[in-house]
Amino acid sequence: MGILSLLILVPLIGSAVVAFVPASPTRSKQLALAFTVVTFVVAVVAYLQFSPGGEQFQLVESYQWIPALGVTFSLGVDGLGLVLVFLATLLTPLVILAGWNDVEDAQAQNGDSQSEGQVRGYFGLMLLLLAMTLTLFTALDVFLFYFLFEAVLIPVYFMIGRYGVGRRSYAAVKFLVFSLSGGLVMLAGLAVLWYVSAQITGEPTLYLPELIDIDIDPTVQTWIFWAFFIAFAIKAPLWPVTTWLPDAAGSSTPGTAILLIGVLDKLGSFGMLRFCLPLFPDAAESAAPVIIVLSLISIFYGGLIAIGQTDMKRMIGYISISHFGFIILGIFVFTSEGQVGSSFYMLGHGLSTALLFMVVGYMIARRKTSTIAEYHGLSTPTPLLAGMLLFAGLTALALPGMSTFISEFLVLLGSFTRVPWVGAVATLGIILAAVYILLFYQNTMTGKVTEKNKNLKDLNLRERVALAPLVVVVVVLGFYPAPVLNVLNPYVDDVMAQVGATDPPPTVPLATGVQP
Amino acid sequence: MSILTAAQAVLPMSDGAPAENVEPITATITAAQAGGAFPLMWLLFALPAVGAAVLLIVGRRSDRWGYLLACALPIGSFILACILLAQMMALPEADRQVTLELWNWTFAGSFDAAFALRLDPLSISFVMLITGVGSLIHIYSIGYMAEDPKRRLFFAYLNLFVAAMLLLVLADNYLLVYVGWEGVGLASYLLVGFWQYKDSAAVAAKKAFVMNRVGDVGLSLAIMLMFLTFGTVTFSDVFEAAPEASETTLTIIGLLLLLAAVGKSAQFPLQAWLLDAMEGPTPVSALIHAATMVTAGVYLVVRSNAIFDLSTTAISVVLAIGVITMTMGAWIACAQDEIKKSLAGSTMSQIGYMFLGAGLGPAGYVFAIFHLLMHGMFKADLFLSAGSVMHGNDDQKNMRLYGGLRVAMKVTMVAFFCGFLGISGLPPFDSWFSKDGIIDAALGVNVFAGLVALGVAGMTAFYMTRMLAMTFFGSPRWAEDQHPHESPPVMTVPMLILSIGALFGGLFFVYVAPIGEWLAPVTGYEESTPVIPEIPLKLTSLAIAIIGIALGWRKYATKDVPRVAPTNVTILTTAGRHELYGNAFNESLFMRPGQYLTRWLVWFDNRSLDGLVRGIATGIGDLGGKLRLWETGYARSYALSMLGGALLLGVVVATARWF
Repeated sequence: MGILSLLILVPLIGSAVVAFVPASPTRSKQLALAFTVVTFVVAVVAYLQFSPGGEQFQLVESYQWIPALGVTFSLGVDGLGLVLVFLATLLTPLVILAGWNDVEDAQAQNGDSQSEGQVRGYFGLMLLLLAMTLTLFTALDVFLFYFLFEAVLIPVYFMIGRYGVGRRSYAAVKFLVFSLSGGLVMLAGLAVLWYVSAQITGEPTLYLPELIDIDIDPTVQTWIFWAFFIAFAIKAPLWPVTTWLPDAAGSSTPGTAILLIGVLDKLGSFGMLRFCLPLFPDAAESAAPVIIVLSLISIFYGGLIAIGQTDMKRMIGYISISHFGFIILGIFVFTSEGQVGSSFYMLGHGLSTALLFMVVGYMIARRKTSTIAEYHGLSTPTPLLAGMLLFAGLTALALPGMSTFISEFLVLLGSFTRVPWVGAVATLGIILAAVYILLFYQNTMTGKVTEKNKNLKDLNLRERVALAPLVVVVVVLGFYPAPVLNVLNPYVDDVMAQVGATDPPPTVPLATGVQP
Repeated sequence: MSILTAAQAVLPMSDGAPAENVEPITATITAAQAGGAFPLMWLLFALPAVGAAVLLIVGRRSDRWGYLLACALPIGSFILACILLAQMMALPEADRQVTLELWNWTFAGSFDAAFALRLDPLSISFVMLITGVGSLIHIYSIGYMAEDPKRRLFFAYLNLFVAAMLLLVLADNYLLVYVGWEGVGLASYLLVGFWQYKDSAAVAAKKAFVMNRVGDVGLSLAIMLMFLTFGTVTFSDVFEAAPEASETTLTIIGLLLLLAAVGKSAQFPLQAWLLDAMEGPTPVSALIHAATMVTAGVYLVVRSNAIFDLSTTAISVVLAIGVITMTMGAWIACAQDEIKKSLAGSTMSQIGYMFLGAGLGPAGYVFAIFHLLMHGMFKADLFLSAGSVMHGNDDQKNMRLYGGLRVAMKVTMVAFFCGFLGISGLPPFDSWFSKDGIIDAALGVNVFAGLVALGVAGMTAFYMTRMLAMTFFGSPRWAEDQHPHESPPVMTVPMLILSIGALFGGLFFVYVAPIGEWLAPVTGYEESTPVIPEIPLKLTSLAIAIIGIALGWRKYATKDVPRVAPTNVTILTTAGRHELYGNAFNESLFMRPGQYLTRWLVWFDNRSLDGLVRGIATGIGDLGGKLRLWETGYARSYALSMLGGALLLGVVVATARWF
């Protein structure tokens, strides 16, 4: 058994243990935390075994699954997969710690009666979600990916619908309908791909490294590309298929929201880079103009609506729509800078979203409401909470010194070198980011504290411990991003080669050896 | 050399000939090659950065000693800066450009920006200003913030600012400049909004950050265009390749850099945030919004001289912005009644002079930086004195409620008076050399700009006299229960040290350590001959300053100043009181349309887009209707059966091999 199987098995076993072993809520939470910490350690070992710049897919393991169809159970990571595995395994234990009382808080918000089984179910699902997410980020067989792409809807559906707040049933089913529609379109594409692979190679295969090498007729490529792309565009929502996200964000517990938007939605952008580009390069190239325009719309649409939100969690949902716009933009400008930026952005967005939802979750835990207008002047009673909200906000507005700055700048740079006006327009988005973050901070944290907020307690030790690793990672990678860039650069080189794209050369290259 | 030609002594013409043969620095040497303290130059910004980190992480437990640590670290940087300066002076002129590469920072594709520092005569001049004035202001703040329960936090932010500002001027490539650039913006945001419980402070802080972000878009795009054009963003490589690029490209890069500079330096049309930023504690106004951060725009333009020299359009726009803002700022300063806002108008105006200087090209860069350094001293002195006045008068800011404070606050008055001498253009004090240097050079390059600059010098003398008279002279107008008192020595001593700079800085940099010779290898220099002969020009300039002072004195010292601002004033005064309607302009052009757009989009997203998507769903399977019926359970079963179907398919396929 390879390290990747171990990586998936640990949370899977954990999920069963947490869900089915009758234990007190506190004990169940401790168990869940322990399993996720072990998973993170396994992920670190995997990172250390990975050699940057080596084979594109490493730590590969492959098992027979459905030989008749040429379907295998194959795992392996490339640079991007590795970074996202790191993100998922880092965030889950912190989410458990930060959301220690998520279930109880949600029950209080809904006015439900307390029941102990709820805790086991919630954290069991969380571990199941982690196991599935990790399989998705490491799946090398397109069928395996598709299978989990659909299956992962189950834990998320219940995490929103059963453990969420407010109009949770509506939000959960809306999420499900959107995702399923995308998934079914993808299934059609998958079937065609399977058929085409059989036509070309004589034997059907859905094993990614083999598929990359075959040339598919451009017209067929176009059809399959869009089938895949629509599924991914719903997941990492791209305008106009975004409306499920704010509802899901608003009705989730903060913990669910982090895992859904911060981690799982990366499947969309991850899928575009991993499948759409290498498998259907010609189609991707001709689709790029449309997708670039949609990304630009997303950036401003999400940003402007975020400014007008009255609910904190929905607001973060719209901010994410704006950020997904940047991520998708960077992928489809076909430059090394843009794609490295987008890949890094996926990590940064996960960290930043986690920070925002955690702090907002702490606020909700204190006041049992997510309405912005309920909060005012919190910097007086809870200065540390206010400071952490500002820090989280600064990661979202991509302040230099935060890792998010490097990724956002690279996306903009990569877009600018390909199509200057696109880069220039997208750059205007950084003004919006300043407005929606600082306005939110001003409305909730500054000014004279209101009566209801006067006696709030500042962050306790558990809450601080959950935030601290994220703060450290964001700042360290902001000043020293090499551990991530060293892994992502060779990865993007591979993708660029598979797509057959080259970076635009400088218009005035210096003769004296400035060229690298 | 007569005093009348003193400004000429600034220039590198010791041999008496026009200094066309300035040796530009060509070779870059590494810190390791240079030896000595150079490999330690990273400590310059690391020391205050550590201070900020420690104070923020340790938190309230450092309340008792934190501020002392925070004062010690910038002083440490200052001492290191002095050592580095001495070593640099010992190097041959052509070698005074030392770089230190710390680590690989941002790299992707062919883009590569290292975490690398560069010390040359231009950056070390800034380092001296930042650490020197910065240290004094740290010390002053011990007294000024003594009563504030969050004093430790204040010092943490001050240290953060100093670290970011040093990184800004030490960076060896434009992307790293950007880190310092937004870093100082963050520190400014935190410090302007330091008293967060005040709504006005919170709003002002946000406004400053957002308006600066508009400028930052310019810096971002400039960096991108540089990379697209030259394939690099490192200073020396960009400057070396610049002559190869088309003038259009260089003009665009120049204008984008200028947009950034205009935002940071509160120049027209991004000037409206500066007066609001006076909401911050006064040491912040002195350090960030007078002496250092707001002059970063001038640094950026002068640093990028290789680009501006090649684009007549870009450099002309720099000049035009300088002329406009210089006038606007002085106009505002004449009309404001709050002492800090009047000083802020003055800052705008003085930085306008620097932009004008930089807009003259090689004829003016040296003077722009010279005036910047002088301004750093006399304006910090003026702000600290103003802070001392507020400190002794229950935080009263309105000059109409001061009057006659010379009796109660002698030391403060002396310090303020020294700052007054430094700014108003009287011989032989700071501006007599630095500002007149800009005016002289302007009259040689662009007569109109030179004449405006000459006129604004008169306004400068007028508004400074107005401030001096309204605060310290005339009859007392303060409230009964207000008991003006002198500030403690921990505040007055830094003020007095800065006063010395305000009085003698100009003389020092002309006769003792000629600043022109020092900077010219970096900035280049071309002599310009004023259209008016030397001696009449100097006499005119002096006469204008004296007229300004006389008018101000007659109006505000010899007559009673009403305690409530009179309403029967000229349209000019009304406009000045409203900051020339900059806020109204921004609000009607950007803010309100933006609010309408946001509201409309929220409506659209809730109704139309969501409705459309549901409508499409209805079209293909009546999902929309089912969604509304969700609570009854139909849609639940429908959706779940879809999911079940998809999964069943998977399971069937997955288990196929067993059949």
